[in-house]
Amino acid sequence: MSETKSPVLEVRNVSLGFGGVRALTDVSFEVRQGELFSIIGPNGAGKTSMLNCISGRYRPSSGRVLLDGRDVTPLTPNVRATLGLGRTFQNLALFGHMSVLDNIMVGRHHLLRNNALTGALYWLGGARREELAHRRKVEDIIDFLEIAHIRKAVAGTLPYGLRKRVELARAMAVEPRVILLDEPMAGMNLEEKEDMARYIVDLNEEWGMTVIMIEHDMGVVMDISHRVMVLEFGRKIAEGLPDEVMNDERVKVAYLGVDDDEEQVA
Amino acid sequence: MTSSLLLQLIINGLIVGTLYGVVAMCFVLIYKSTQVVNFAQGEFLLIGAWTCWWLVTSMELPFWFAFPMTFVFMMVFGIVLQMVVLRPLIGEPVISVIMVTIGLSIFFQAVIKSIFGVWAQPFPEIFPVKSVDVFGLAVQPAYLMSLVVSLVIMVAFAWFFKYSRMGLAMRATAFNQQVAQSLGISVKNVFAMAWAISAMVSALAGVVVGMVNGVSSALSFFGIKVFPAVIVGGLDSIVGAIIGGLIIGLLENLAEYADGQFLHLGNLYTVAPFYVLVIILMIKPYGLFGTKTIERV
Repeated sequence: MSETKSPVLEVRNVSLGFGGVRALTDVSFEVRQGELFSIIGPNGAGKTSMLNCISGRYRPSSGRVLLDGRDVTPLTPNVRATLGLGRTFQNLALFGHMSVLDNIMVGRHHLLRNNALTGALYWLGGARREELAHRRKVEDIIDFLEIAHIRKAVAGTLPYGLRKRVELARAMAVEPRVILLDEPMAGMNLEEKEDMARYIVDLNEEWGMTVIMIEHDMGVVMDISHRVMVLEFGRKIAEGLPDEVMNDERVKVAYLGVDDDEEQVA
Repeated sequence: MTSSLLLQLIINGLIVGTLYGVVAMCFVLIYKSTQVVNFAQGEFLLIGAWTCWWLVTSMELPFWFAFPMTFVFMMVFGIVLQMVVLRPLIGEPVISVIMVTIGLSIFFQAVIKSIFGVWAQPFPEIFPVKSVDVFGLAVQPAYLMSLVVSLVIMVAFAWFFKYSRMGLAMRATAFNQQVAQSLGISVKNVFAMAWAISAMVSALAGVVVGMVNGVSSALSFFGIKVFPAVIVGGLDSIVGAIIGGLIIGLLENLAEYADGQFLHLGNLYTVAPFYVLVIILMIKPYGLFGTKTIERV
């Protein structure tokens, strides 16, 4: 479907080491505009490290990361975020003491223009007008993720499934073109997983965001992904359409558990 | 007579307490957003007050101009201090950072003494010195002004953190730096901003106190007084800092009253807040409003 479109994100020969441990070895891939791209692999395969290299939390020991053809390797995470890269975290990372609305508003930080002075002079400096405009966008996101009923709630008091949704909402508020989702369905029950899968597909199709997702639930991954990449011990062992990857011998051995020795990872 | 003295001391306590509260708030601001315990907070008052004094007396600038100039200077001072001294210390052990701020405190005191001398200098008369009559009590106009200014600052702080972009960014950074960065917040800017605001507002308090008591090294004593205020309130609570400030201000003056009327120990004024600090920490180890840290094993 998106074969003709240009790559929005390129990862070129990225390696990452922590002391003697090689977390990633020479990994390259491209994600095209509008794609829903999944990264899978056994525990400790380097999936989250890969995501951190893209988002800028880790700087690769060698190799480059390009966003829209621009080399972002030396840039800090916050600069990358302003360039259109959003992310969620594997372990929930909401601002627990803030309301759901405030959590999402933080995501709009780089789009807001008011400063300390106009903020302190809330009614006079236009900060209020600006906030209202942004609130409208935020409300769109809230409606989309169906979290309107909890918008005033304190984030830390919400149940797990809802917190995951709020975190997704916050990442969406950055208005990223590429959104990185680190295990968006971990620890969810079947119903919550189905909801989340639907949001991710809509995010991709209706909101036009390119999605890069790490997920352990193979059913979901194979259902909704356009393409899948498989990592094992920090190396890429396969990449392609979900069916191709499913039938790849190395993937079967490494990940899906053909050998008795292999752990069931799901 | 004694009851009116008591009332007078309570009023003084509240006024000085709000000033403690403001400085404590600045302290908490730095601690919350950058995890630095700033032992040089008192020196911010000192530097601010001397700067303003110098601008008014030596440069003979009118006060309405010297005051904003002091603000600008302290903003730059705070940012430079953070960038040059504290930014390289990010990620170092807490004890190292604390030693550095103690070092800064000693350093600034020595520098100030070498420039301006050790004697207290009176501020030129900006407000009438004569006390005004408030409900039959004598109150210094400068203190009255300080009360108003403190309240304005507190309200401004509240608005700032609730509604402004940077305020929200600072709260987010205080909570989780990594996540804040992923949302496009520059943690470096937030840190610099915390120090700038803290230095500016502390300087304001310094100028106000300097107007009443004269400008001298004694101003940095505020930094020590603010400590019990902050700890009573809980290190990371802005509201706690204000209430802690009020408690300490009141306590000091009540202790003075008790001391002067009954005990005759002398200097209970200075020590009393620390006794209370110890007692409060025995009952509530995280302060009255502090966050309990739960360690998961």
